[in-house]
Amino acid sequence: MTGNDFLQLGVYLAVLLLLIKPVGAYMAAVFAETPNRVTRFGAGVERLLYRLSGVRADEEMGWKRYALAMLLFNVLGLLVVYALQRLQQWLPLNPQHFPAVSPDSAMNTAISFATNTNWQGYSGESTMSYLTQMLGLAVQNFLSAATGIAVLVAVARGFSRRSMASIGNFWVDLTRSTLYLLVPFSFVLALLLASQGVVQNFKAYVDVPVVQVSSYDQPVTDAAGNPLKDAAGNPQTKPAQLTTQTLPMGPAASQIAIKMLGTNGGGFFNANSAHPYENPTPLANFLEMLAIFLIPGGLCYTFGKMVGDKRQGWALLATMLVIFVPLTIGVIAAEQAGNPALHGLAIDAQASAMQAGGNMEGKETRFGIASSGLFAAITTAASCGAVNAMHDSLTPLGGLVPMWLMQLGEVIFGGVGSGLYGMLAFAVVAVFIAGLMVGRTPEYLGKKVEAYEMKMASLAVLLPCALVVICTAVAVLAPAGVAGIANPGVHGFSEILYAVSSASNNNGSAFGGLSANTPFWNVLLGICMFLARFPLAIAMLALAGSLASKKQVPVSAGTLPTHTPLFVVLLACVVIVVGALTFLPALALGPIAEYLMSSH
Amino acid sequence: MTSQTQAARAGAVGNFDRALLLNAFADAFRKLSPRLQFRNPVMFVVLVCSILTTLLWGQAWWAQAHGGHGEAPAGFIFWVSLWLWFTLLFANFAEALAEGRGKAQAASLRSSRKDVVAKKLAAADRQAAVTFTPSNELRHGHFVLVEAGDPIPGDGEVVVGAASVDESAITGESAPVIRESGGDRSAVTGGTRVLSDWLVVRITSNPGESFLDRMIAMVEGAARRKTPNEIALTILLAKFTLIFLLACATLLPYSIYSVQAAGKGEPISLTVLVALLVCLIPTTIGALLSAIGIAGMDRMIRANVIATSGRAVEAAGDVDVLLLDKTGTITLGNRQAVAFLPAPGIEESILADAAQLASLADETPEGRSIVVLAKEKFGLRERQLEASEAQFVPFTAQTRMSGVDLAGRSIRKGALDAVEKYLDAAGSHMPPLVRRMAEEVARRGATPLIVTEGSTALGVIELKDIVKGGIRERFAEMRRMGIKTMMITGDNPLTAAAIAAEAGVDDFLAEATPEAKLKLIRDIQAEGRLVAMCGDGTNDAPALAQADVAVAMNTGTQAAKEAGNMVDLDSNPTKLIEVVEIGKQMLITRGSLTTFSIANDIAKYFAIIPAAFATTYPALNTLNVMHLATSRSAILSAVIFNALIIIFLIPLALKGVKYRALGAGALLRRNLLVYGLGGVIVPFLGIKLIDMLLVLCGLA
Repeated sequence: MTGNDFLQLGVYLAVLLLLIKPVGAYMAAVFAETPNRVTRFGAGVERLLYRLSGVRADEEMGWKRYALAMLLFNVLGLLVVYALQRLQQWLPLNPQHFPAVSPDSAMNTAISFATNTNWQGYSGESTMSYLTQMLGLAVQNFLSAATGIAVLVAVARGFSRRSMASIGNFWVDLTRSTLYLLVPFSFVLALLLASQGVVQNFKAYVDVPVVQVSSYDQPVTDAAGNPLKDAAGNPQTKPAQLTTQTLPMGPAASQIAIKMLGTNGGGFFNANSAHPYENPTPLANFLEMLAIFLIPGGLCYTFGKMVGDKRQGWALLATMLVIFVPLTIGVIAAEQAGNPALHGLAIDAQASAMQAGGNMEGKETRFGIASSGLFAAITTAASCGAVNAMHDSLTPLGGLVPMWLMQLGEVIFGGVGSGLYGMLAFAVVAVFIAGLMVGRTPEYLGKKVEAYEMKMASLAVLLPCALVVICTAVAVLAPAGVAGIANPGVHGFSEILYAVSSASNNNGSAFGGLSANTPFWNVLLGICMFLARFPLAIAMLALAGSLASKKQVPVSAGTLPTHTPLFVVLLACVVIVVGALTFLPALALGPIAEYLMSSH
Repeated sequence: MTSQTQAARAGAVGNFDRALLLNAFADAFRKLSPRLQFRNPVMFVVLVCSILTTLLWGQAWWAQAHGGHGEAPAGFIFWVSLWLWFTLLFANFAEALAEGRGKAQAASLRSSRKDVVAKKLAAADRQAAVTFTPSNELRHGHFVLVEAGDPIPGDGEVVVGAASVDESAITGESAPVIRESGGDRSAVTGGTRVLSDWLVVRITSNPGESFLDRMIAMVEGAARRKTPNEIALTILLAKFTLIFLLACATLLPYSIYSVQAAGKGEPISLTVLVALLVCLIPTTIGALLSAIGIAGMDRMIRANVIATSGRAVEAAGDVDVLLLDKTGTITLGNRQAVAFLPAPGIEESILADAAQLASLADETPEGRSIVVLAKEKFGLRERQLEASEAQFVPFTAQTRMSGVDLAGRSIRKGALDAVEKYLDAAGSHMPPLVRRMAEEVARRGATPLIVTEGSTALGVIELKDIVKGGIRERFAEMRRMGIKTMMITGDNPLTAAAIAAEAGVDDFLAEATPEAKLKLIRDIQAEGRLVAMCGDGTNDAPALAQADVAVAMNTGTQAAKEAGNMVDLDSNPTKLIEVVEIGKQMLITRGSLTTFSIANDIAKYFAIIPAAFATTYPALNTLNVMHLATSRSAILSAVIFNALIIIFLIPLALKGVKYRALGAGALLRRNLLVYGLGGVIVPFLGIKLIDMLLVLCGLA
């Protein structure tokens, strides 16, 4: 790694850590049970919304009602997005006259955006009308993020409440996270991004003459669009010249802001944050990276404040950083070291004033290795999934890191809300093992961890793992699964493993290389995304319900401290060991084999 | 317990003697029944794997005999299969060994439960008509007469008489104890024997429900249910097993794809997959889990504490507050007179003489100590007072004084407030100086007794509690463990505070009544804390029933024993501290072995992954950091290590991880280092060693 790489990582972490406390404290005020300055400010709008939708804001819900409301609301959203895609040709704001999206792709996209995954089998600029993008996808960007935050807040209440049957009101939590948090934050970020050159308009796409005309061979097709072949069976071509280029337009800035802040990651354009209209400058790139971790990081502080012990929140944040920083250094170092197959050849891959060095394949020159590697680690640590470089082109070890960060269960920052509640499930498991080792019935934040909690926490920990290994097995056995692979051999396995890991952990980033917009992949990944999101959230709500009904055990010298460096290390070990033990065989057959083979 | 009986018992059930080992060996095979294995998800998976590999071996052997080949060489499958069966047998052996000790003790208890012929009485009177009835026909409420040499036919309460009873069958204590009607020593247990005198006993239990029956069931483990913590741990282990099952099962498709993609090699064989699976699932803790639980109960039994459930033992580890009776637990039995403090103008010898006279008929240890002190200090001999010239006034709850009336003299002794009331009634009053002296005594933690003659206060007797040696250190240990100790005493707050400070307890409840005790327990529990206490009297029963861990003294009343969830056969209240340690030790052993078991997996991956895919991706051999000889020896070494580690850890599981009175943080750091880091390193060494041995034996 170069000095520049360390500097960029250092500056990023410093700015992030400075923002954690103010953002976390603000969110704690938003979800506080007593009225305060923040909630009084929007009380009028809130009341109006509740009256319009017939919500009784003071009504408390038990965990089952809370879960049911969460599930129904999201399924409804899913159906709306599906309908918008299927009907877009008859709806307004479709200047390119895109036809209806295919049923399997529409279903996949609807699930993808409802589950905060934002896996994209389609490419935005050639598939979705502006209305679909705005009313369907952008709205889901807000609501899926708000859902994640709401569930986390309910889980935090499970820890902080004593002997109570309820964990809050889903509608209130959902409204507040949207109204006070996501909308104003996105508004500010959208303006900042637009200032950097991110587009925001309703124009039709613009054709412009290219600077340099280029020639190429164009395949000849018959009337039905099938390629014609000559007598020898080769495709017929005719020479053609490229003189114009189509520049896509649209309301991008507003969607990209929430795409980052809500750890959604679904790009407005197909190239996602590598596209110059989506992420034009290094500053825009920095802001986008910051936006990804802002809410997941801040929520750690919020959690600490809600359970009445801020040290607990800092400990959780520290655990995330303990895993994140070394792995980020790993991916940047691997990229800076370059392609192992080229080592020993007379190629200068050293970083210097004149070149970035290392492996620049699939990276934007305006970002270079440090910003691309950092972005790759951030977007997969958090379940964002936006990309500013092609992960398929990362070196074998560089590609292993993002893949493994997802496989760890998206708990290293993770999705907004979902990352922290996933981490809490790991914490419950860690506390259980550690608690036994100090000779007491394990307790976390004063709540005893017993059989029921163990059941729910281990379900939440193991569900994504199970989805990844099972669905990867299905995909490598099915001809339709293998058909999508661009690079056969060991790299093809990585492509499949990456796609399934991404969907099964609600990340949504794509390795690339895999043609996943086929019925097989749309259905398989759709199932992964749905099962990874909702059963896990429901398990955590059940855990919260059980915890809320328990008494609080007072702290004594015999209580296992869960805010110390020792516990941070233990928790990090549990996350890493579960991830390593589950995925080591699969990774050995993918990136590890690829690395060892290319360096031999 | 006397050293003699202790030695005898140690010989019977203490160490692993030959018979015990042989029995356990036979039981290990008996426990292979799938019905029993199904209770333990981890070991059930091993059983299925063992059967599967045996079938695969049969198929490979048959195929090889007919010129074909199985999915792997028959010899290799044979060795893997053999060691999988060993894994199961070792687990069963551990459990059988843990149960063995309990069974031996149950057998000796059962021998004292012989049916005897009881002398059933028509009424609670020695003179009532006797019918000879077999003891198994006695029911609750029957009266029986037990005379010298007779065994007591069932649990009951003495209603008439007093006798010395040999309870060694149950307590292991050979010295006889006194059982008498009324008070807290009225309970008798079936199976014990009256040595002298006679008793009329009201039977309190029906056949099959007696204390002895419950005790046998308990030590035998027949009534053993999984404890809450054990259930939670089993869930975690089952989930781990499930995920490893999936990770291993899906490896077959991955391997098939990789073979196609690389264009060379063979897909992973079922035998190797099964070997990998058994190595990865937490077999070490799975195999030893029930042995740890049984051994925990067994440690209680060897500490002479009978717990009515494993749940109670586990709860003992969670205790936050210990309620300890002052007398007998914190202080040595009874108070002793240490000084006579005369009122102004009174000779000390006059006071001593009066005090001795007032105490002559006082048979309490305190009374006797006054007589002794007077004799020591002033040579005052014990006098035999004729009943005609002296009239003893016994202690009553109303007057709270005792004394003697003799020719014109009326001597009384009693507590300050009682005597004050007595003097007021006699038209006199307590001299302020005497009151100050009494208060001064109380402040020192001693008990003042005021002696009066007529309406004159003669002075104060100082009775002092002697705090047990070493108790202060034990309490300091408790504090480090995060357990709060609380002293319960009937003394006044001043005295209580002084003793509490001397003994080093955290808090005290003075002037305790049964109601105050019960309320205290409820208050502590309302804060979310767990309370442990011990007690023996009937008036302790409500508090015992309320406490989370309640140790009843074996000498106590039937009501107390029914209310508690443990019985201490030695009737030693200090045992409570040991009970807490045993409870904690059981949890620590479970947690440590779980950590060890999971940490082991890392080395096993490094052994098996390169071996399993060597034919497809030879480059993966870089991961063979242990430089194991061949694929075959690598896989076999991992499987053998996995089985042998169970045998090596059996002593640890049975003895328990050594408990240290440290704070939670320090304890966690220590155990994580030993069992976590140790668990990562040990298998690397072990697997390498086994591999080298396999090479030596030509099995590589």
